[in-house]
Amino acid sequence: MDFSSINPALLIASLMVSATPILLAAIGEAVVEKSGVLNLGVEGMMIVGAVVGFIIAVNTDAPLLGFICAAIVSGIFSMIFGILTQYLKSNQVATGLGLTLVGLGLSALLGRPYEGMKSPTLKALDIPFLGDIPVLGKMLFSHDLMIYFSVFIVAMVWWFLKFTHAGMVLRAVGENHDAAHALGYKVVRVRMLAIMFGGATSGLGGAYISLARVPQWTEGMTAGAGWIALAIVVFASWRPWRVLFGAYIFGGVTVLQLNLQAAGASIPVEYLSMSPYLITIVVLVIISSRGNQGAPASLGRPFHASS
Amino acid sequence: MIKKLLELDGISKSYPGVIANSNISFDINIGEVHALLGENGAGKSTLVKIIYGLVKPDSGNLLLNGAPFKPGTPSEARQAGIAMVFQHFSLFEALTVAENISLGMDNPPNQKDLGEKIKSVSEAYGLPLDPAKTVGALSVGERQRVEIIRCLLQNPKLLVMDEPTSVLTPQEVDVLFKTLLKLKSEGTSILYISHKLEEIRKLCDTATILRLGKKVDTCTPKNTSTKKLAEMMVGSSIKAPKKINKPAGRILLKIENVCSLSKSQFGTPLTNITFDLKQGEILGIGGVAGNGQDELFAVLSGEQISQKGSISFNESNITKFTPNQRRKIGLLSAPEERLGHAAAPNMSLIENILITAEQSQDLVSNGFIDWEKSKAFAEKVIKEFDVRTPGSKNTAGSLSGGNLQKFVIGREILQYPNVFIVNQPTWGVDAAAASSIRQALLTLSESGAAILVISQDLDELLEISDRFAALNEGKLSQIKKTADLSFEQIGLMMGGAKDLEARNA
Amino acid sequence: MLKLEKRLQQSKKWIYLSPFLAVVITMISGGILFTILGENPFEAIRIIFWDPLFDPNFASYSRPQLLVKAGPLILIAIGLSFGFKAGVWNIGAEGQYIMGAIFGAGLALAFYPMESKLIFPLMIIAGALGGFLWGMIPAFLKAKLNANEILVSLMLVYVAESILASVSQGLLKNPDGYGFPGSRNLQKYESAANVEIISNSGMHWGVLFAFITVIFSYIVLTRHIQGFNIQLTGEAPRAAKFAGVNPTANIVFCLGISGALAGLAGMFEVAGPSGQITIEFNSGYGFTAIIVAFLGRLHPVGILLSGLLIALTYIGGELAQLMLGLPGASIQLFQGMLLFFLLATDLFANYRVKIGTN
Repeated sequence: MDFSSINPALLIASLMVSATPILLAAIGEAVVEKSGVLNLGVEGMMIVGAVVGFIIAVNTDAPLLGFICAAIVSGIFSMIFGILTQYLKSNQVATGLGLTLVGLGLSALLGRPYEGMKSPTLKALDIPFLGDIPVLGKMLFSHDLMIYFSVFIVAMVWWFLKFTHAGMVLRAVGENHDAAHALGYKVVRVRMLAIMFGGATSGLGGAYISLARVPQWTEGMTAGAGWIALAIVVFASWRPWRVLFGAYIFGGVTVLQLNLQAAGASIPVEYLSMSPYLITIVVLVIISSRGNQGAPASLGRPFHASS
Repeated sequence: MIKKLLELDGISKSYPGVIANSNISFDINIGEVHALLGENGAGKSTLVKIIYGLVKPDSGNLLLNGAPFKPGTPSEARQAGIAMVFQHFSLFEALTVAENISLGMDNPPNQKDLGEKIKSVSEAYGLPLDPAKTVGALSVGERQRVEIIRCLLQNPKLLVMDEPTSVLTPQEVDVLFKTLLKLKSEGTSILYISHKLEEIRKLCDTATILRLGKKVDTCTPKNTSTKKLAEMMVGSSIKAPKKINKPAGRILLKIENVCSLSKSQFGTPLTNITFDLKQGEILGIGGVAGNGQDELFAVLSGEQISQKGSISFNESNITKFTPNQRRKIGLLSAPEERLGHAAAPNMSLIENILITAEQSQDLVSNGFIDWEKSKAFAEKVIKEFDVRTPGSKNTAGSLSGGNLQKFVIGREILQYPNVFIVNQPTWGVDAAAASSIRQALLTLSESGAAILVISQDLDELLEISDRFAALNEGKLSQIKKTADLSFEQIGLMMGGAKDLEARNA
Repeated sequence: MLKLEKRLQQSKKWIYLSPFLAVVITMISGGILFTILGENPFEAIRIIFWDPLFDPNFASYSRPQLLVKAGPLILIAIGLSFGFKAGVWNIGAEGQYIMGAIFGAGLALAFYPMESKLIFPLMIIAGALGGFLWGMIPAFLKAKLNANEILVSLMLVYVAESILASVSQGLLKNPDGYGFPGSRNLQKYESAANVEIISNSGMHWGVLFAFITVIFSYIVLTRHIQGFNIQLTGEAPRAAKFAGVNPTANIVFCLGISGALAGLAGMFEVAGPSGQITIEFNSGYGFTAIIVAFLGRLHPVGILLSGLLIALTYIGGELAQLMLGLPGASIQLFQGMLLFFLLATDLFANYRVKIGTN
């Protein structure tokens, strides 16, 4: 085994790459859950984003357009969940599961002609000065646009929830939808917007897998990333910066195990590849056993205005 | 000349199977405290929601200062100068006081300015509040202040208050009344909703009485007797339950130094609760909501095991008994929340019987349910407690509050408990049902059962209990004979003896 | 404008009617989908729903397949329905299915090549045990440490898949397999083979077990106190606690029984239709069973019917793949649409829909 082949600067850089899809999906889901809705369809929305982004990018040779379309289509796709749960009052757990199953089927159908192709990828930004700093430049300042954009979204969500009136309304709706309704806020509309935002960021996250991280289309390629994003929201106690922290830790674990595989560690490959899931379980258990501090009080509860 | 602020003209609103408001007309004058009096289900809440823009009437008109007024949303109503304090507070526990207040305003200033405004207004009206505190950490009385301050910051012309005193101690009620009279002197009109007659006679200039969705009368409450008001509200005179005073028997249940942490994040832990419960007596436990009532009930019903102290029945220790073990020895209980706790709303009454009566009625053998027997018992409860329902196959959720409460109480009483613990036996129940439930409790106690009634309705406790104690911040006051008590004393017990000591010192 | 009014009690009529309505709407939307894909919609629908059962060219092959596919779906869905009724969301049946297969096959291969009548019954026990133990992990973590069972059980699917990959290339690899991954074929090991009880019917031991489970579940849910407790927990958790239902026991029961049944399904599959442990052994039955459970209204008889229907879409889908070149994934999509339309039509059971002006 040759650990010297693991370069710390590259490790950090690839950690950010591997964390970004989950980060994007998780920050969106955090907003959805803050508004009191549990959407278990993250995996489905991600994979739809992955396939749509891939198809657009391959056909137009414009990866950025791929990302934009992925966000739009996944946002629309999430509206199925929104309409079913918010207007037709269906069970959120069942509907979210359904969204995942449908997303997997739909993406497989759409992506079949594209199996095995390679997609155009985003160019790394050439940031003057910062990019030239030794080690740090390579580590933090030589990434593609989406990586910085994902961090920017986290900052925006943090600012939105903490400092804006609309953000406060969103938290209020997630905390006590009956009271919010009594004060005249449109509970369903707020939630629909939150769900759509969650769909769009999940789509971006999925597209990041098929356009940047891999970059290829294979059926079922999200491989549970959406579920891990859900776990990270719990881990983060619904706080934006902790979502970032959680996603990067998870990215670190994934990269490390891949590096260990590449370095030919004596641990069998199967055990290494199951480690991200096992670690997710362990983290979830540690966080949950202290009680779910900060969970929105109306999370997952159906809302029907009595008047 | 008296000027009218709000005129209601022929307001009607119906829901499937219920006519909530039928052709209601009355006026509210400027600077008047107007009472809206009626039983649960009389249509008060619907009417108020119409005024506040939450519900649109089927027909009828509103006039505000003589101009047509059709609020489509609460925000429009607020802009027109109407503010509302809800009965079930419209507050967000995880948010701060300032955030909560800002959510109820249409053009909130930034949080810093708002914080200062809250401080100044709350002090001016004698309702001090810390804007940075999380609402979940406040007492019920303080939460109401948040709602009131939220309204006052908008300089309302009409302040609507829905049952504001049901969660306050008598002393807190005095403070509230002072604030309301101050507002009145400043020219604010108040629509005051209540079913407490004495309060209305003390505070209100005019009273409109609703019954079954219709207006019965408008009168001047100061010139109308309580008895007359009650009759107008209820429709017929209701037989008050009869209480026979007889000596209590031996001690059945002994509670010593029980402590229990609360399950919910914002609940109240119990500290060193000690009391005895004797055969044939009713012990009433009063107190403002949120002072440990739910926790006390859970410790006694067995849903929560107390961390410290002991509970014994007939001198044997039952501290660690589960709910079913307690039922086996004849300790039965009926929780406050009917839907979801005492009964499962989407299950039939036959199925709901199984929740508590499985053992005493022998409804299950070898794990298999005897549905015929359950049905027979359900029908017995329906018949003997006059539960109005098309049949035992109907779901619990389809019953009205009063009928379901009769079913829930009847289900326990017909198992002839030795000890019966009941939390809020008549909460949200119409007067006729409340009276019959109280009578049933008295009859049960006469037959020798020991009964503990936890309630926030002081009138109820004074009417049926032999001894009285109050819960305050999870501690139990001294227990006193009900017959010797004055309202003043009760208020002090509810506020905690500390206040008394402080004042005497 | 459409207006919703909450019904005081669920409409019995609509509870039974809405699955049929959902099937009809799915067929219509499926037809539209096939039109977009450039196929004759009527032909496509006929190939999926009619030909597998009645076309003389295909029926002899397809009819037995109906039971072969429905067996595991029903077995797993019945198990899931207990948990779903109680609000315990086991969505990791796929993982429990894999572990049941590994345990069952592992036991058989440990005895290989010994022949004994005891081996098959022991495999049944081992299969159920494998799924049960795998289900106990989320149960324990939920009951003792409050960890969300949805996420834990799902994560364990990926872990189980890794274990499957590991054993098919290592521990259970066929020593006479010329180095290819995958175990010995159990169909060729007489004591371990899950054979058809009636030949050419598709009725193997697993299908029989599925039918028995339907009856068992019906009795438990309608007559037994455990079934009542489960339903009470789902309807009103506080009322269940008040009634003395032990929440821990409930979680253990629900995850245990669904794990064991999924494990059984995996064992019957590996010893029967599949024959061997391979990397691609699992085919998504654990997830499709979620649809089966909901479509069957979490009712045993409903699950029996919906299991057969979904099995039909599998076979019909294969046929459509063969005849029309429709992509296999379109059937997955079809099944998902069915679930969505069912959830949507549920509205009618809980609400009255009115057309009004405000």
